[in-house]
Amino acid sequence: MEPTRRNPEAFLAQAAREAGAAAGGRLKVFLGAAPGVGKTFTMLEAARSKRREGVAVLVGVAETHGRRETLALLEGLEVLARRTVEHRGIVLEEFDLDAGLARRPPLILVDELAHANAPGSRNAKRWQDVAELLGAGVDVYATLNVQHLESLNDVVARITGVTVRETVPDSVIEGADIELVDLPPEELLERLKAGKVYVPEQAARATEGFFRLSNLTALRELALRVTAQGVGKALESYRALQAPETIWPTAERILVCVGPGPNSPRLVRAARRMAASSRAEWAAAFIESERHPLDAADRARALETLRLAEGLGAQTETYSAAGVVEGLLELARRWNATKIVVGKSERPRWREFLGGGFVGELIRRSGDIEVVVLRGDPGTNAPSGFFPGTSDPSTWSGYAAAAAAAAATTAVCFAFSAFLELTNLVMVYLLGALLVAARGMRGPAMFYSVLSVLCFDFCFVPPRFTFVVADTHYLLTFLVMFLSAFLISHLTLRLRSNAESARQVEARTAVMHALSRQLASVRGIDALLDAGLRHLAQVFDCEAVALLPGGDGLLNVKAGSGQPPVLDDKERSVAQWVFDLGQPAGLGTQTLSVVDALYLPLQGGSGPTGVLRVRPRTGPRPFDADQRLILESLVRQIALALEVETLQEDVRATKLRAEAERLRSALLSSVSHDLRTPLSAIIGSAGSLLQGSFSSADAQGRALLEDILEEAKRLARLVQNLLETTRLESTGVELKKEPHPIEEVIGSALGRLEKELAGREVRTAVPEDLPLVPIDPVLLEQVFVNLLENAVRHTPPGTAVEVSAEAGGGELSVMVADRGPGVPPGELERIFDKFHRATAGGGGAGLGLAICKAVVAAHGGRIWAENREGGGAGFRFALPLGGGHVRE
Amino acid sequence: MSGSEKTVMVVDDELSILRFLRAALSEAGFKVVEAQRGRAALDLAVGRKPDIVLLDLGLPDMDGLEVLSGLRRWSAAPVIVLTARGDERDKIAGLDAGADDYLTKPFGVPELLARIRVALRHAERAGKADEPVYERGDLRVDIALRRVLVGKKEVRLSPLQFEILAVLARNAGRVVSQKQLLKEAWAEGSGTPESLRILVHQLRHRIEANPVRPKHLKTEPGVGYRLESPDD
Repeated sequence: MEPTRRNPEAFLAQAAREAGAAAGGRLKVFLGAAPGVGKTFTMLEAARSKRREGVAVLVGVAETHGRRETLALLEGLEVLARRTVEHRGIVLEEFDLDAGLARRPPLILVDELAHANAPGSRNAKRWQDVAELLGAGVDVYATLNVQHLESLNDVVARITGVTVRETVPDSVIEGADIELVDLPPEELLERLKAGKVYVPEQAARATEGFFRLSNLTALRELALRVTAQGVGKALESYRALQAPETIWPTAERILVCVGPGPNSPRLVRAARRMAASSRAEWAAAFIESERHPLDAADRARALETLRLAEGLGAQTETYSAAGVVEGLLELARRWNATKIVVGKSERPRWREFLGGGFVGELIRRSGDIEVVVLRGDPGTNAPSGFFPGTSDPSTWSGYAAAAAAAAATTAVCFAFSAFLELTNLVMVYLLGALLVAARGMRGPAMFYSVLSVLCFDFCFVPPRFTFVVADTHYLLTFLVMFLSAFLISHLTLRLRSNAESARQVEARTAVMHALSRQLASVRGIDALLDAGLRHLAQVFDCEAVALLPGGDGLLNVKAGSGQPPVLDDKERSVAQWVFDLGQPAGLGTQTLSVVDALYLPLQGGSGPTGVLRVRPRTGPRPFDADQRLILESLVRQIALALEVETLQEDVRATKLRAEAERLRSALLSSVSHDLRTPLSAIIGSAGSLLQGSFSSADAQGRALLEDILEEAKRLARLVQNLLETTRLESTGVELKKEPHPIEEVIGSALGRLEKELAGREVRTAVPEDLPLVPIDPVLLEQVFVNLLENAVRHTPPGTAVEVSAEAGGGELSVMVADRGPGVPPGELERIFDKFHRATAGGGGAGLGLAICKAVVAAHGGRIWAENREGGGAGFRFALPLGGGHVRE
Repeated sequence: MSGSEKTVMVVDDELSILRFLRAALSEAGFKVVEAQRGRAALDLAVGRKPDIVLLDLGLPDMDGLEVLSGLRRWSAAPVIVLTARGDERDKIAGLDAGADDYLTKPFGVPELLARIRVALRHAERAGKADEPVYERGDLRVDIALRRVLVGKKEVRLSPLQFEILAVLARNAGRVVSQKQLLKEAWAEGSGTPESLRILVHQLRHRIEANPVRPKHLKTEPGVGYRLESPDD
């Protein structure tokens, strides 16, 4: 059987968690079912025990509500001073985030995660403060009531009847350790009666209904379930790592369809719970129907819901299609959804029957995709009335115009009534209906249809100037007239709104196309930014500026439309925040909204590559939902183009480097051949002359020949060292690392230097049971040769040389030592530098030790020199053993 | 020694090298023929049937390895490859393509003559029965009886250790590449370079007086092992 692969995502997640544990802080949440269960108390107790373990604990903010038991726990803990904020004459005390960040304690306590900060604070919510602390690598203890959890918001509202406004996104507690602070509801109620639970005065009445046994029991169950889910997740990641043979089911992918209806947010939350419980990926989509376009208000509501889904961790998508069902299915297939979640339609049944029914159609055409129908709106764009088009009730003028049109038509009919038949007058009324509908308002058009029938009846149908109808045939005329006016209005309105939505789509597409054309036509990062920003500035009538990180990692204004703005510290910090967290901030967002510009991250494949600052020229008016959507997609496009450009530049640079490398190695091998050949000839020739019958030269001649031979050999070594250095320095040194006994390498080095070492004692201390060490034997032999030659060169003849090796601490340590004069103090550091020679006249070009250093470094080891106790120099290096190769 | 005069063919494109090799080799009693190109070397070899070939791998007209395999197609004469230091890949490729040994430039004349002698002796023995005993200094390996003596003491070796020693002894004086050792010592070809290194390491501790400065069993880093020539 093929072994089951471990889920790679699990590995990544684990790796990320480990990296996160190293880089970012860990969050521990003390979760309670309701106020009064003792979260703050438990958190402080936990902090005290950490303190006893020697962790420096800082209390960022703890709401003791003046209770003695809690206050007693604070004793001995350091408490951060609160920041005071004045808002509309009231002085509020807030958690001082900057002070906390500046202190960077190992552990900080932040009570009430869901707390909303006073207006004017950097972050709107306290959980955002905590996210920053975690990002800075600080561990955080925090408390939270289960009712504040975003995805449970509506459930809690249904259970308790109290809607909680201060919510915390589920993603915040997703990676956190959760500790449940549990108290049976009966006990909580007793504590409440005893006045032991703090209830804010202004909310006293609202909470009366809240603290009921049934509510508390339900909330307790929710809290338990959230905790269990957290434990389940931890267990899952453990299992994924420990039990590779476990078979993992293919993941579910849930697509939820959102619409403008009031129940859509509930649908989204339900989908999130569904996704969380089945560990599925999920996405939310808003389908724009070309047949039934939505008006601006409805679109904004739908987009708002989409943003909620994004906040809950969904991928989101806005998709245009002929109809909702087509669009939804197209998207679902493209995204490989296994399940579609839609709301149950609340339209009357006859209309379901007439219209075929959204849900029915979806189910019929969904094929193998499961369809889950929940209570709530179906997420369709089906208009709330029969007429599509705008339905702004404030347009009384529309009704007045309709009435005026009816009056005018009647007047015209009067003028022509002498010449025209009654049936033709009907035509004139119908023409009026067309004109009214062309104004694009649903109500007035309907109103006109009724009015025109009444006017016609009153003014022209005999007996005239009464509503009485003499001939009952006219009743049919009325009916047909009404229906015709009605239909004409309906069709005209639909035509109009189709044209309107087509225009909008076209405008959006045109903007995107124009940008991609411009981006495609320029080369280079600067030109790209310039084109993109100019485009943004034009389309949105704003100043657009790009901030890119410089060499020092700080953001600098790189390019912009018009005058480069001078950013103050506040704006700089907002930009930095956006860059660090990769989330939009500033004008019109939840974060740092005090500045008058919107900051959007330029999201690349591996994190933000920069930040765009967009400031409307017309004043600090936030962009509306539609504009934000287009703006964000334009920015995405710019970011994408930038990334492609950066990658291309990388490729170009790599090619250039490879070319340079190729040239270098060609040069190297040619130079090495040209230098070595004459040396080989000299050495060989001199050697021949000293051999056999040539050796007829006298003693003086022999001495000269011997000099030639020795000096040529020295030159050969120098050339060898020079070439070796160059080769090691060129970037692509390929190590042929394999596990070797170090003894073997030492042995061959000693063998190569037999002549140089003649007359010296060589002491070796290399234990037989040393583990194998992964090395390139040729390069490492060179290290030993160089170190030994160095020892020979710098010590008087006859001085002993020592070589020893030992293993320990995951390393193999080696020493080549002598009892010579040692290394002059102050030279120990520089001795491994290229062309550096400790003592003058010792021979060699100071390359040997530089090669040693390069080779040892290439093996991931370190090398250093020291003067030994009792005299002499010791050259030591350590190589990582890596793996568990233990001699059998 | 005119009767037993051996012919050495030297293939190198450098005139200065050819010249000193000619001088040193004729001085040592060899007849020398020379070629500066690979093509010419192959032609010359057919006509002169050298007893041994010194082959530089960096020739201008064709790859030295091609010349080697061209020679090997019809000739069993030993070939010693001349290479530069650091070109371990060339050395291994040369040995794998049928070279008997290699010499690293620059080399001294005594070294050259020693290698030639070993290669010639080995070639002479080819086809005849293996020399049953290897003897050098305090080390005596009786291949037929599978006995190893260090000084007067018999050394006990595991079968694999002995097999490795035997392969080295049969090729005494010549380098034996890792690949060759693995092929010849392990019957079913199941050995790994790592197990080979461990076995050689153990072997050294049995037969060498000081395994850190071996006298008999030398390592050629990155290439293979060499058991020094036996005493004559």
